[in-house]
Amino acid sequence: MNRPKVTEFKKAKHINDYPTGPGFQGGHLVDKNAGWRTFRPVIDKDACVNCLICYMICPDGTIYKSDDKVDIDYDFCKGCGVCANGCNVNAIKMVKEEL
Amino acid sequence: MTEKNRYFVSGDEAVALGTRLARPHVISAYPITPQTIVVERLSEMVEDGSLKAEFMHVESEHSAISAAMGVSSVGARSFTATSSQGLLYMAEGLHYASGGRFPVVMMNANRATALPWSIFGDLRDSLSQLDSGWIQVYVEDAQEALDMMIQAYKIAEHKKVLTPFMVNLDGFVLTHTYEEVEVPDQEMVDQFLPPFETPNKMSIEKPMNMGFSTSPADNMEFKFQQHKAMMDSIAVIKEVDQEYGDMIGRYYNGMIDTYQCDDAEVILMTLGSVTGTARVVVDALRAKGLKVGLLKIRYMRPFPEKEIQEVVKNAKVIGVLDKDISFGFEGTIYTNVNSALVRMQSHPQSYNFVAGMGGRDVSKADIEEMFMDLLHAAKGEEIERVKFINMGVEING
Repeated sequence: MNRPKVTEFKKAKHINDYPTGPGFQGGHLVDKNAGWRTFRPVIDKDACVNCLICYMICPDGTIYKSDDKVDIDYDFCKGCGVCANGCNVNAIKMVKEEL
Repeated sequence: MTEKNRYFVSGDEAVALGTRLARPHVISAYPITPQTIVVERLSEMVEDGSLKAEFMHVESEHSAISAAMGVSSVGARSFTATSSQGLLYMAEGLHYASGGRFPVVMMNANRATALPWSIFGDLRDSLSQLDSGWIQVYVEDAQEALDMMIQAYKIAEHKKVLTPFMVNLDGFVLTHTYEEVEVPDQEMVDQFLPPFETPNKMSIEKPMNMGFSTSPADNMEFKFQQHKAMMDSIAVIKEVDQEYGDMIGRYYNGMIDTYQCDDAEVILMTLGSVTGTARVVVDALRAKGLKVGLLKIRYMRPFPEKEIQEVVKNAKVIGVLDKDISFGFEGTIYTNVNSALVRMQSHPQSYNFVAGMGGRDVSKADIEEMFMDLLHAAKGEEIERVKFINMGVEING
């Protein structure tokens, strides 16, 4: 998976631990962000034709190419449903999250 | 130095010549009197190929400073210039540039702020932006303007500083007055000023998340960093002044300059071009045996606290000439100087002279009046704390 991994956040101890101004390396993730998802997209791999439209249109970049066509990074998917709406072969269903 | 290196130019043209020597990659500026000639000359230099830079025609000063930040954020050298209302229109971007640690260099032509509308000079524009996190230097003549354009980049881009830099010239009195200046060789300036390098750089190789927000848990630390960088810049300013002098032959004495202060009973403090007039008055009064001295404040941020304390420690009385007023209190330079004074174990009494606002001339007679007031105060006589000089009408009663 060619995606940045969530790394543990280390609180700065000294002022010099801060970057010079509010800028830091891209893709430095210290937290997951999917807590407000109500419906989760589920891909039917048999129906999927691997056209990659969902990969292109996911507004948060949470759909990635995998050995098995495409997969979804549920640590960051907000459940917006854009992928399900855009899928031309109805291979993505929005399934209610169970609490 | 050869004859061909000597030019007869205005203050604005000297700024353009100095800026060209610093090799900015992009110039983004909006014309405004009395800065306009800087931008005109730079656009001519880009057109004739003597300056290899992009010239961005922006639609406002807010865009000018925003573009300059963008330039800096890809590791390129940026230049902009403005004045008065233009500087105020930039105000949001000024804080953004300093907070983002983008070492943009800007020339500001000091001009009165509306209303009443005025195109003439005073310091109320830049002094109202003291807290925006920019280094502020005030130059006395065209030569110092040219030299400071080059030094500005070296100081602003220093890895311990990375703070934007404002070079201030008195509107008209300096921007439009012609003087002879010596222009350093490009090779010498290239040796003095290395290419810009910054940790805050957008690139494909090392993608960055830039200009992010912070929660209350981190915001103050970033602000402390800005403060520390500005405090650290004092040493850098002195080093760069020394190095520039060693290589190019002109020294400006760092944070402040002094004239006849060693045995002075009273010292007047000035900023910018009026310093030249005051120097002549000091000579005249010294010829009469009066112990007067002159302290030229070059930098308002960082503020030359220690440098001022060292010079005034043996004086009885000091005066501050402000071409500005913070309505409801006193001149802003005076407020800053007083704060430096009260940190001394014992300090001279201080007085404020508000003069030259909205382009009114500050004459030799005006400055002599200030010195005579200070000499009276030194004898224990009572004088006004904040005095408006050369008012056209009676203001008391």
